[in-house]
Amino acid sequence: MIRYIVRRLLQVIPVFLGTTLLVYFMVFALPGDPIAALFGDRQPPQSVIDALRAQYNLDQPFIVQYGIFLKNLFTLNLGVDFTQQPIAATLARIFPVTAMLAVEALAIQAIFGVAFGLVAGLRRGKLFDSTVLVASLVVIAVPTFVLGFVFQLVFGVYLGWAKPTVGAQAGWGDLLLPAVVLGLVSFAYVLRLTRASVTENMNADYVRTATAKGLSRPRVVLAHILRNSMIPVVTYLGANLGGLMGGAIVTEGIFNVPGVGNKLYQATLRGEGPTIVAIVSILVLVFVLANLLVDLLYAWLDPRIRYEA
Amino acid sequence: MSFEESPAASGPQIVDDVPAGGRPILDMRDVAITFTTGSGSLHAVRKADLTIMPGETVAIVGESGSGKSTTALAAIGLLPGNGRVSAGQILLDGEDVAHAPERRMIELRGNTIGMVPQDPMSNLNPVWRIGYQVRETLRANGRPDGPADVARVLAEAGLPDAQRRARQYPHEFSGGMRQRALIAIALSCSPKLLIADEPTSALDVTVQRRILDHLETMTSELGTSVLLITHDLGLAAERADKVVVMYRGRVVESGPSLELLRNPLHPYTQRLVAKAPSLASRRIQVAKEAGLESGELLTPSAEAVEKAAEKAEATTAEAIEAEEVPAAAVPEAPSDDVLVIEDLTKVFRLRTGLGRGTDFTAVDGVSFRVQRGTTTALVGESGSGKSTVAQMVLQLLAPTSGRIVFDGIDTAGLDRRQLFAFRRRVQPIFQDPYGSLDPMYNIYRTIEEPLRTHRIGDRATRELKVRELLDQVALPQSAMQRYPNELSGGQRQRVAVARALALDPEVIICDEAVSALDVLVQAQVLNLLAELQERLGLTYLFITHDLAVVRQIADHVCVMEKGRLVETGTTDRVFDSPEKDYTRALLDAIPGGKLLLPPEVL
Amino acid sequence: MKPERTEGHYVAPLEETALEATDTLRVEEAPLSLWADAWRKLRRRPLFIVSSIMILALIFIALFPGVFTQVPPNNECLLANSEAGPREGHPFGFTFQGCDLFSRVIHGTQASLSVGILAVLCVLVIGVTFGALAGYYGGWLDAVLARLGDIFFALPLILGALVITQLPFFRENKSVWTVVVVIAMLAWPQMARITRGAVIEVRNADFVTAARSLGVSRFGALMRHVLPNALAPVIVLATLELGVFIVTEATLSFLGIGVPESVMSWGHDIAAAQVSIRTNPMILIYPSIALSLCVLSFIMLGDALRDALDPKSRER
Repeated sequence: MIRYIVRRLLQVIPVFLGTTLLVYFMVFALPGDPIAALFGDRQPPQSVIDALRAQYNLDQPFIVQYGIFLKNLFTLNLGVDFTQQPIAATLARIFPVTAMLAVEALAIQAIFGVAFGLVAGLRRGKLFDSTVLVASLVVIAVPTFVLGFVFQLVFGVYLGWAKPTVGAQAGWGDLLLPAVVLGLVSFAYVLRLTRASVTENMNADYVRTATAKGLSRPRVVLAHILRNSMIPVVTYLGANLGGLMGGAIVTEGIFNVPGVGNKLYQATLRGEGPTIVAIVSILVLVFVLANLLVDLLYAWLDPRIRYEA
Repeated sequence: MSFEESPAASGPQIVDDVPAGGRPILDMRDVAITFTTGSGSLHAVRKADLTIMPGETVAIVGESGSGKSTTALAAIGLLPGNGRVSAGQILLDGEDVAHAPERRMIELRGNTIGMVPQDPMSNLNPVWRIGYQVRETLRANGRPDGPADVARVLAEAGLPDAQRRARQYPHEFSGGMRQRALIAIALSCSPKLLIADEPTSALDVTVQRRILDHLETMTSELGTSVLLITHDLGLAAERADKVVVMYRGRVVESGPSLELLRNPLHPYTQRLVAKAPSLASRRIQVAKEAGLESGELLTPSAEAVEKAAEKAEATTAEAIEAEEVPAAAVPEAPSDDVLVIEDLTKVFRLRTGLGRGTDFTAVDGVSFRVQRGTTTALVGESGSGKSTVAQMVLQLLAPTSGRIVFDGIDTAGLDRRQLFAFRRRVQPIFQDPYGSLDPMYNIYRTIEEPLRTHRIGDRATRELKVRELLDQVALPQSAMQRYPNELSGGQRQRVAVARALALDPEVIICDEAVSALDVLVQAQVLNLLAELQERLGLTYLFITHDLAVVRQIADHVCVMEKGRLVETGTTDRVFDSPEKDYTRALLDAIPGGKLLLPPEVL
Repeated sequence: MKPERTEGHYVAPLEETALEATDTLRVEEAPLSLWADAWRKLRRRPLFIVSSIMILALIFIALFPGVFTQVPPNNECLLANSEAGPREGHPFGFTFQGCDLFSRVIHGTQASLSVGILAVLCVLVIGVTFGALAGYYGGWLDAVLARLGDIFFALPLILGALVITQLPFFRENKSVWTVVVVIAMLAWPQMARITRGAVIEVRNADFVTAARSLGVSRFGALMRHVLPNALAPVIVLATLELGVFIVTEATLSFLGIGVPESVMSWGHDIAAAQVSIRTNPMILIYPSIALSLCVLSFIMLGDALRDALDPKSRER
């Protein structure tokens, strides 16, 4: 197990370096004055430009620039945005909100996705199964931002069950509606994946053997069918964290949640290149680390993986 | 040490005086089992009768699809979702369970009826420790389930160091150990009836025998009745008191084991008795002991040898013209060894971590010769390196050291063009008839591919050749437009034979070519191969784990163990007086070897 | 009760259990290739029928929008018509800018479909090539391509697109093609992974070894035997990704970093409809329904294909 963790850690380093290098290269190593290019046709205050030049050490050779960029990233020295606020301080304030939103969305998709998928898989071909299958296709087909507006309109404006926009003080309850919107598409995927894997495991030899041993049905379902079906679901949830981040940009924008996604959304609307690069780099770091965590969870779920060479 | 031969219960006794008053533990009366499929109802089993008395072992023998497993699964209430018992009674210890509610079946399973499944690799849940899987069985059946109980159960099934083993996962167990764990689980709650569904057919022969012996000891101690499902009549006759033969969903014959072997009345049973390799091998042995001449069919006729020599000369001459092979390469040995393997070694480097690795010697200094026009069998269990040798002979894998000399030419020095020419002369037939044909190619394209690859003939002559080849392997020409998934295993293997023959090769490497086939189909393909050898003067290198088959077809035998060649010799010599313990163990493991049958019966 | 059942030697009546010839070929059915078999299964699935009709209709609309509406989508927008309801010749009413909504929805089909199809083609070319080579040859090539894939994989689609579209080149040359390039750059690793996995599963099959040992070259075996047998999951993923990419295009356009304003896109329409959400939500609903139906048809097709091409459903 320890060897597995070490190996995974070692694998994460080149991926992180490669990805940040890719991001950095795209923005700063292409011809032209990157600072001017970052802002396009907008003109930020001179002081912002000066701060950026100092931040990114543009007179140094590329590799040194990248080194300093990395060092800045790890020391959270992320520079300033248009209004000369330090990005790190802003992030520290808004990150917890996004984390709450993500946890809520993850919980919704994992719990409901697995539960519905399990029941559908166990009753394959029955009414519940076919209904859920068709419904999940429709949910997958409706893009998050469409879903966001529809939910905002229906639950926020017409029914008044939730605040249509969240605003500055975001609590768990306020975030429920955006979390449902954010989690719904993945919920459908988790459901379908769980169903497929439950159906497959139901016919597995070891499940038949477990039944032949005299185990009760609930025990066979929980300890053998469901437990083994969790493996692909966990893999999916990990790989999908990136999609969750992308969805958070849209969802937080629509519901005006004061989080990282919203900040990125605003920066995109205003064309604030440096802010985008800084936040995306941090998110890539989070994504890679989160995937590492998922891998460990995966190894815990599937003992075979720990011994693979 | 528990891996030693356990003292097996001595040969089966003929139970011809069943106590009339005893109640059968399992009594199936006129049972029919129906599957509902998309295209209607499928009657998998009809009119099946079966009786097992307490302490008795009964075997169901049949080919795949005969309904033997389905019948057994019905007894434990584990038919697949679309299957049901559509007629008859299944009396388990006097109680009709054919339509018993699931709750009642859960009570019965484990402590009244247990099951040892077929494939030890897929029947343990990979994510739970072995101990956990034993414990949940004990707990579900209301037995004490402490760590000591778990260890005791595992130890009784012959797992050494049970306490430590209980903490391991299935993937840390070998196949034989997994099967022991499954036997431990099935017998942990002392069921009255144990269903053993091909319990060892996925295992190596020597392991197979030890496990069956152990199972026999355990069930006789517990007084458990056993319903043994097997495709091997020899194994059934050796292990069971009574044998039930099933064919296409019907019980065609049943009776005491020896009586059935001596006096098979149904034509299907008669065929099985005649063709089962284990019995045939035993028959040859018995015949020899009786001083009878038996081997005539086994060696090619003088005519065939002559033909082979002629053909070899012709092709060698061709090869000389085409390849400008040095003249010295013309038959160097009068013995006419078409294939000479010298000190062949293959070392694989296994990666164990970053940049580190250990060497694994899969084949270790193997030398043998294959005579033109004969059949040489390379025998060994899994991991013996026999298939690696085949791969190297086929030039699909480069040897680490050693020489493979084909027809006087060292194959190591072949360039691309020569290798291409070599491939024309040496062709493989693989084990898995489902994997050896491209599912996207129809039969015509499959057999034509070698011709097209070697640019032989035009479209019309190639089609003619394909038709001819289909004739040779006794497949109708209408099969040309079919796809592999529409053919049975034996038919696919015939197609593979036709493809191998397309280029008129001299040597055919058969890598477990008949192992996956049903007994009768296997016999058919073996006959076909023998016939083709006689007609075309082919040389076979036969890679197999099945010694019973070897006895029927091979002229020479090379026995491999853990990468090394342990014994070589003519088939008769090796079978009659094996020199090495390992060879002896392999021979002893052929099922049916203990059957005491006078030759005239067989 | 039959006396021979409980004891002694029982033989079934021969006339009931006649022996059939061993291993005869069943010839009553017509020969079926894998694809023909999949097609036969597909043809009967309602999911497949509905989705194909929808896709054909969408393609027709994208190619010939003039058949459905004569009103130009962009000009002739009168502020006087702002958020006006439906009327003769304008079934969906007008946008906030006073443009004809029906015309915009019809013309938006083209951008979505072309971005989706082009991006999938690019992803197929890059992903299948890399995945097949890595899976088939293994070794260092596999290691390098796997690491490269990991790096791109660690850059989530929308986040990566945010960064790339900030680049001067992409900002200055906004077009359908830049969106295609952005999607293809970020989405190929997924396709490469699937292809690699499928190729690895097939490459050691006996029929590949058989082909090699009858003289087919290594590359020839890849092209003739391995790839055709590895295509099923690739086709399924490509169909599903078509839907996903259409969503991506709409999302990027919604965020203002997708296709330029001059190109009709449902994403733009939905973004522009935000201001009208409380006064006239239908302006938001119509392009949303169009987008969702378009995506749904591809997702449904992918789902139907997955069922039909699943080798497990093909056991004999």
